[in-house]
Amino acid sequence: MEEEKTDMKTTFRRTGLALVALSAAAPAWAQDPVELTFLVDNGPPSVAQAEALAAAYTELNPHVTFDIELRVGSIDGDNLVKTRLATEEMADIFLYNSGSLFQALAPTRTIVELTDQPFLDVVSDSFEAVVTADGGVYGVPIGPGFAGGIMYNRAIYDELGLEVPLTWDDFMANNAAIDEAGYVPIAQTYGDTWSAQLLVLGDYFNVEADSPGFAERYTNNEAKFATDPAALRSFERLEEAYEAGYFNEDFGAATYDDGIRMIATGEAAHYPILSLAIDPIAEQYPDAVPDIGFFAQPGDDPDKNGLTIWLPNALYVPQASENIDEAVDFLAFVASQAGCQAQIDAGQVSGPYLIEGCQLPEDVPQATRDLVPYFNDSDLNLPALEFLSPVKGPALPQLTVEVGSGIRSAAEAAAIYDEDVKKAAQQLGLPNW
Amino acid sequence: MSDAALDRQEPAARRRTARRRVPYPYTFYIPAGVIYAVMFLVPTIASFYFALTRWTLFDSHFIGFGNFVQFFREPFLVQGLVNTLIFGISTSALKVVLGLALAVLLTSRIPARGYLRAVIFFPVLVSFIGVGIIFVSLMHPTRGAINVTLETIGIDGPGWLTTPWLALYSVIIVDVWKGVGIATVIFIAGIASIPSDYYEAARIDGATKAQQFWRITLPLSRPATVTVITLSLIGGLRTFDLIWTMTGGGPGFSSDVVASIIYKQYQSGFYGLSTAGNVVLFLLIALVMVPLTTWMNRREIDI
Repeated sequence: MEEEKTDMKTTFRRTGLALVALSAAAPAWAQDPVELTFLVDNGPPSVAQAEALAAAYTELNPHVTFDIELRVGSIDGDNLVKTRLATEEMADIFLYNSGSLFQALAPTRTIVELTDQPFLDVVSDSFEAVVTADGGVYGVPIGPGFAGGIMYNRAIYDELGLEVPLTWDDFMANNAAIDEAGYVPIAQTYGDTWSAQLLVLGDYFNVEADSPGFAERYTNNEAKFATDPAALRSFERLEEAYEAGYFNEDFGAATYDDGIRMIATGEAAHYPILSLAIDPIAEQYPDAVPDIGFFAQPGDDPDKNGLTIWLPNALYVPQASENIDEAVDFLAFVASQAGCQAQIDAGQVSGPYLIEGCQLPEDVPQATRDLVPYFNDSDLNLPALEFLSPVKGPALPQLTVEVGSGIRSAAEAAAIYDEDVKKAAQQLGLPNW
Repeated sequence: MSDAALDRQEPAARRRTARRRVPYPYTFYIPAGVIYAVMFLVPTIASFYFALTRWTLFDSHFIGFGNFVQFFREPFLVQGLVNTLIFGISTSALKVVLGLALAVLLTSRIPARGYLRAVIFFPVLVSFIGVGIIFVSLMHPTRGAINVTLETIGIDGPGWLTTPWLALYSVIIVDVWKGVGIATVIFIAGIASIPSDYYEAARIDGATKAQQFWRITLPLSRPATVTVITLSLIGGLRTFDLIWTMTGGGPGFSSDVVASIIYKQYQSGFYGLSTAGNVVLFLLIALVMVPLTTWMNRREIDI
C-alpha cells in the first residue's frame, strides 16, 4: 500500500474501481449470469488446463461462463500481457508466469492481492513465494510443477547397462559409452534458442549447493556468473559437452520437435530439457512413454544430488477487472483439490501439483514418477534461479547457443551475461545496481 | 516512422512556396494536418522524449542520455552495425548488377519474354516471413533440399544458417533472390524509356552490342539506377523480417543487424533502450542516405 501512494497517475482510479466492484457486486452476484474472460497462452497444456478448470467450475456454478482467449506464448506474449495490463484492458482472469516475469508486471499496482484469502492455505509455500511482491500474494498455481534436467531414454540405458549418473563425471562417462554404441549422447536443439539454456538453468541446484546464498548475492549485485566458480561451472559444463562432440550433427538447426523425436525414438540418449516435454512425447509417440525417464542434472558431489524445479504458471486477476469477486472465487476453485482433480482428469500429469492433498494417480508416465521423490523432499529440490531472483538477463538463449556451438568460451559468455543481467536489474529499478 | 519523416520533408517545402497562389482557405489543410500530426509528428517527438527515459509500461522516469550510453555499450552493437552495412551495401549492389543484367536480357528479343518477366517478379509477391520459413527448411544442414542435392554430387554442404560467418551471407542471397524482381522492373522501365534513335545512330556508326550497353543503356538508365540504389539501400539498412525469421540474429549474435538488436531490446521490455536504438537507426539511415541521394541526383548525365 505504501507504494501506491507514490504513483499518482492511475492508482486512485484503479483502487476506486476495485472498491466499487467489491461493495456493489457482493450481494447480488450469486443469481446474475456472468461471463468471465480468461486469457491463456496457446500452448497445448495451458489450453487443456484452462478448459478443464472452466468446464468444472461452470458445472458447479451454472451462472458463470467463460470466454477463453488465446494469446501467443514466450516473449511476444510477455509484451501483450504487459500492454493489456497497462491499458486496463486485461481479461478478468489471466495466466502468466510466476517468478521473475511476474515481478515485471508491477503487481502491487495492477493485480488483485490475495494474501488474506483462506483458499491459499492449501497452496504450497514454495509456490506462494514466487507470486509474492512486497509481502503480498497475487496468484494461484495452474498446472503441475516441473523441472529442468536430463530426459533420458531408458531403453538405451538398459541395453548398455548404464546407471543414472549422480556426478557430472559419471554423466560424461555414460555419454562416452553411448557415443561408442552409435547413439547420439546428448540432443541439442538450437533452432529453438530457449532450449539451449537448459544445461545452464537446470544446473542451479548444483550452483546453490557449492555456493550457498548465490541467488541473494546475485540479486544484490554481489555475486557474478563470471567470478563465482560454482556459477561459472554451469557454463563450463555446456562447453565440455560441446567440446566432447556429444551433440547431434544438426544441433544448430534442430528444433524442440526434433529433440522430442530423437529422445522418443531412441536416436539420442539424453535431452537436457524441461520435464514438460513428456506431454508432446505422450501425444506423438505414446508407445515410447515407458522408455522415457528423467534425472536431475548431476553436479560434482554425489552426496549433493538434487533437482532444479520450475514452479507452475499462475492465474491472476487484474485490478481493472469488472468482475473481481467472481474471478477471485474461480481462483479459489483452481487452488482447491477439486480444481486440481479437474486438471488431472484432463490428463495433465507431467508433474506433481502444488496443492496440499492433491495426489497424482498411479499410472502417470515414468518421467513424472521420476520427479516425485525430488519434489517430496525439500532438501532434494530447489527452484531455478529465475524464481529466487527477479533478475534474468534476456540474452541467455543466444549466449548459451554460442557456448554450445563453440563460438564463444564459457568464461567470456558468463562475463557478457553479467552485463546483460545488469541491464535487466536497472530496468527493474533494483537497489545496488 | 523514420522513412515517413524523410519522405515528408519535400512536400512541406513545396507547400510553403505554393501558399500565395492557392485561393483555398487554410482550413482545408486541417483534416490532413490532424492526421499527419497524430500519426507521425506526435509519435516521432514522443519517441525522442521516451528515448531519454527508462520506462516500463506502467511508469517512466527520466535518465537523460543513459539509454544511448547503454545502447552503445551493447556488446554486439559494433558487429550489428558492420552486419547492417554489409547487408545494405551488398544486397543493394547485387540488386543493381543482377537487376540491370536481367532487364537488358528481358528487353531484348527473346522468346517467352512476358512469362520470364513474370517469373522474375514472382518472389516479390511472397511475404518475407513465408520466404524466410521456406528457406530455413531448404537450408537445413542435414535434411534441407540444398545440402541433400549437393550430397548426391559428392559435396558436403555447409550449415548455411548455422555457421557463424556464413549465416549473414545466406540471408543476403535470399534477400537478393526475393528483391531483384523490383530492381528488374524499374530497370526495364528505365531502358524502355530510352529513345530508340540513339541505338539506331549507334548501329549506323558501327557500334557493337557491348559498346551500345556501356555508352547508351548504362548512362541513360541512370535515373533507374538511382531509384534502385535508394530503395534497396534503405530497405537493406533497416532490414529485419528476413533476418529474424531465418536466423533470429544467430547463431548466437553472428547475424544480428541493428534492427534485430533493437527488436530484442523491445522484446525484453527495455522500451526506453529500444526507442533510443530506433533514434540511432533513424540517424544512421539519414546519415547514409541524405548525402548519397543528394550526390546521386546532382550529377549530370553525359553521353
